[in-house]
Amino acid sequence: MSAIITVENLNKTFDTKDGSFEAIKGISLEIEAGDIYGIIGMSGAGKSTLVRCLNYLERPTSGRVLVEDKDLASLSEKELRRLRSSIGMIFQNFNLLMQKSVLANVIFPLRIAGVSKAEAKKRAKELLEVVGLPDKIHAYPAQLSGGQRQRVAIARALANNPKILLCDEATSALDPQTTESILQLLRKINQEMGVTIVIITHQMSVIREICNNVAIIEQGQLVENGLVKEIFEHPKSRAAKRLIIEGKDPDEWEKNNGQIGSKAMEYAPVDLLKEHRRIRIVFTTNSSYEPVIANMILKFKTPVNILKADTKNVGGTARGEMILGLPDDTTLQQQMIDYLQERKLEVEEVEEDV
Amino acid sequence: MFSSAEISMILEGLRDSLYMTVVSTLLGYLIGLPWGIVLTVSGKDGLKPNRGLYRILDIITNVMRSVPFLILLILIIPLTKLIVGQTYGATAMIVPLTVSAAPFIARMVESSLNEVDKGVIEASLSMGAGTLRIIFKVLIGEARVSLIAGATITVGTILGYSAMAGILGGGGLGDIAIRYGYYRYQANILWVTVILLILLMQIFQFIGTMISTKLDRRKK
Ligand SMILES: Nc1ncnc2c1ncn2[C@@H]1O[C@H](COP(=O)(O)OP(=O)(O)O)[C@@H](O)[C@H]1O
Ligand SMILES: [Mg+2]
Repeated sequence: MSAIITVENLNKTFDTKDGSFEAIKGISLEIEAGDIYGIIGMSGAGKSTLVRCLNYLERPTSGRVLVEDKDLASLSEKELRRLRSSIGMIFQNFNLLMQKSVLANVIFPLRIAGVSKAEAKKRAKELLEVVGLPDKIHAYPAQLSGGQRQRVAIARALANNPKILLCDEATSALDPQTTESILQLLRKINQEMGVTIVIITHQMSVIREICNNVAIIEQGQLVENGLVKEIFEHPKSRAAKRLIIEGKDPDEWEKNNGQIGSKAMEYAPVDLLKEHRRIRIVFTTNSSYEPVIANMILKFKTPVNILKADTKNVGGTARGEMILGLPDDTTLQQQMIDYLQERKLEVEEVEEDV
Repeated sequence: MFSSAEISMILEGLRDSLYMTVVSTLLGYLIGLPWGIVLTVSGKDGLKPNRGLYRILDIITNVMRSVPFLILLILIIPLTKLIVGQTYGATAMIVPLTVSAAPFIARMVESSLNEVDKGVIEASLSMGAGTLRIIFKVLIGEARVSLIAGATITVGTILGYSAMAGILGGGGLGDIAIRYGYYRYQANILWVTVILLILLMQIFQFIGTMISTKLDRRKK
């Protein structure tokens, strides 16, 4: 696999009334062809600006964006328009033409690309079938639910057989069930049509659900990126740890001001527990179905405190992690850690400052 | 109640009023629509922001809009004479009516087009649409209800101006109202013209509302 999108040292500065504002600061990343790549960060982090740079809706102040090895800066206005018509894009608010029928909305990008009227109509009907709305072609967007509108937007984005689909908060206006069904549709599009998908979101659940790779953006900077499962297992940056350990969406980061666990109601508040030694264990294989912890307790005849237990669906496979509070006896602690490691579990110390 | 001469005079007045209003509105849109589009597109958040061009058009629009219609009518008498060859009668009135309608229409169009959701424009840009396509398919298409509402207001305003033009020999119902009602104290003719003007206004409003309701697809 090779990179279909390459971003090199991207900067974007906006001139505003109160001086200039750096929305993107030196971001570099590569997105592989066929990938589902997530970009997560709290609102105002610069995600939309970054994704708009990927098809040059926004021109970067400096740095390069390459799509299939083509530097977008080298394209003429006309070539850029052609490139854009081959990259699909969907949005939080769907952005459909409200005065046009569902069918006409899907025909629109085809006409832009120069497809004949009859051909466009035929193709638009096929696309609406793909997204599961064959009976709504004559309806108007106002008559559809949010999920249905996003399906129309997806059909429209796929009209010109794009290799890339950019999704800017595509599920943020939808309820959890609808989000789920839209994510399933996106996964299907990725698998069956081989479309590379870039997903911008502030919802960790979306990343966990369908992304292979993720980039975490904070205040215009890339703080961590890599495989979703690796970041879940070994989060390095503070931002990633907050996302994973607390299971919080980035929008809540600020409010809690980094106070670990103070608001994560579903988990035990880690910082309030007085265990002297805490470890995080990560189930990287299916061994999470094996009662390792129970067996360990039976073996050592000493209880451990399960401070947090969480199993998540990461990219289709079950991943679990637990935070254990170990007994005070340091030899026993070491024996337990060895026991867990022998069983191919990853063990990591949990420091005070997670 | 009325002599047949009076009746035919009133009918002629009605025809002239309609003629002035409709032709001036059409000509007004011929100038005002592109003018409003350029204002929208060159504006700060427009498709092709152009501060210099916008400033110039904006100032011209404001200046023209601030001259009261009757004064404008007098100011441009030389232009009217040049174009029509005379300065009285219904045809001559079309010139000042158009000149005063155009900047009014430009503002209406600008404000209607600016109401179009920026997200839809962004989506169109992301599909590779060019400026002209966005103007005609997206801006005008999506703003059509508001544009029709604007056109309805415009027609009503021009009808009012055309009646005012009667003071200076403009022809039409306003002219009759002034000649008979004001100079000859013939209250019955005055009242008939007023009622006809009200009816015309109602009819225009009715048609405008009907078209925009019919065109609006945003309802459930
Ligand atoms: N056109 C613009 N002019 C000035 N500031 C902007 C513009 N677009 C975005 N910004 C600013 O850049 C920052 C990042 O915005 P955005 O990319 O929309 O964030 P996100 O999508 O992550 O919520 C915000 O502070 C926003 O106010
Ligand atoms: Mg955003």
